[in-house]
Amino acid sequence: MAEKQRDACIVLVPAGRRSFQTIKDVFGFFLEKGILTWFLLAIIWSISSLFYSGTFFPSILQTIEGSSEIIMDGTLAWFILVSLTRVCLGWFMGIIFGIPVGLLIGRSHIIKKLVEPLINFFRFIPAIAFLTLFIMWFGVGEESKIILILYSTFFIVVINTAAGVLRIDKNKVQAARSLGATERQIFFYVIIPTVIPSIFTGIRLGMGTAFTSIVAAEMLAAKEGIGYLIFTSRLYFRTDWIFTGLVTLGLMGFFVDKLVRLIGRSTLKKYGVKE
Amino acid sequence: MDGALIQIEHLYKIFKNEGHSRSGSVPVLADINLIVERGDFYILLGSSGCGKSTLLNIIAGFLTKTSGKVLVKGKEVVKPGRDRGVVFQNADSAIFSWLTARENVEFGLKMQGIKKEQRNTISEEYLQLVGLSTHADKYPHELSGGMKQRVQLARLLANDSEILIMDEPFGALDAQTRKIMQRELIRIWQKTNKTIVFVTHDIQEAVLLGKKVSVLASAPLSGIAKTYSIDFPYPRNETDSAFIQQYMQLLGHFDFGGGI
Repeated sequence: MAEKQRDACIVLVPAGRRSFQTIKDVFGFFLEKGILTWFLLAIIWSISSLFYSGTFFPSILQTIEGSSEIIMDGTLAWFILVSLTRVCLGWFMGIIFGIPVGLLIGRSHIIKKLVEPLINFFRFIPAIAFLTLFIMWFGVGEESKIILILYSTFFIVVINTAAGVLRIDKNKVQAARSLGATERQIFFYVIIPTVIPSIFTGIRLGMGTAFTSIVAAEMLAAKEGIGYLIFTSRLYFRTDWIFTGLVTLGLMGFFVDKLVRLIGRSTLKKYGVKE
Repeated sequence: MDGALIQIEHLYKIFKNEGHSRSGSVPVLADINLIVERGDFYILLGSSGCGKSTLLNIIAGFLTKTSGKVLVKGKEVVKPGRDRGVVFQNADSAIFSWLTARENVEFGLKMQGIKKEQRNTISEEYLQLVGLSTHADKYPHELSGGMKQRVQLARLLANDSEILIMDEPFGALDAQTRKIMQRELIRIWQKTNKTIVFVTHDIQEAVLLGKKVSVLASAPLSGIAKTYSIDFPYPRNETDSAFIQQYMQLLGHFDFGGGI
């Protein structure tokens, strides 16, 4: 029945209209996949760069040429590795500290009331504002940068985790109780599984702020890293390297997020972690 | 049939409006007296807002009473326990979405520390009893509303709860599924000899299922208006004269005049 209808449709569509439909399909495909967006951006970039010198606004070609220098000598790869290591270390530690604190806030009314004012105060101070202080306290080495990222990730993970715990349906806890679960068992077998999607959201958002903070930190106090590349290239009038740094950052974030999502989707799907 | 399994005497429940001192306290239950015997199918029938769910929550141990006695097997109820399993109206809020139907059924056993093989044997038995063996490894979001209620039921049976407390369990189901589930519940009840305390606002459901039906008077201050024993055999038929007679009798307690 369905097949017959499909045949009928094909017959009814005139030849010219059918080819238009395939163009539309291709357009739709590029639009959906985001390829069209990048294509348009490339056009705008190319046209704009025509009006300026390479040191002010390099073209795509000039950027590729310039970037090949730092790709070939390994600088870019090294800087990516340095920045990623800092981000991942700080982010990871922020998660490790953030989850238990978030769970505690969500479970204990006393802790919630004690900590809530602090969180609502400190979360409006951007992490970067602490940078000079952290440099004074922890030195110009890796520690200050990692702690900065830890700090910025921590709050987001705590807030999302606590919100997840507070949203838990009372019925689930009561059902577990009437099935004979102890409070400890309820915590591990009901609360934590229910909060996993919220924790995961916190982890993903934390990655975003971790990138923001690392670039700022590397601009002010670093000898390596993507933030350092972006900041120092201006001293040599290497605008093409600044562009390279920006593109690299975007790609790094894109792929790291993709990876985190992939891991989340494949391992935590049954807890309700979605795209 | 050896006497009272649940015994409630002079139960009062008054909700204190914390923080809103001027509105004071709201009395919900007044002087509730009832006895549920082992093996009973006990219906609490009342219109919405009459406090029947409150009564159920007190028996389950989720809410504390204001005064009076609530005894289960002669012991005062202070907190929820395995002996009193609860089937919630909203299955989605109560079953564990990250566990399969089988894992949900095994939850209570796992908490007891029962070994996996033994858990499997028990869960298999009850999944079969409620008619879910072919869906055992599905997650709740893959199950229909009726199936989710079957999961809730099997979960309590596997956990060997003596009393099944059911809060309008079929209220959210479509009419067809509700009919099937009512019939299934009777079959399972007769097979397992459990004691069921069942809340509903549906008079027909009450006559269809109940061995005893207590009518709760409307709030404020609702007590039990009257308790009926319904003796005619299962499965019951809505068109039987005995059924209709009982139905009309219960209907008489509800005033459909101006209040609604």
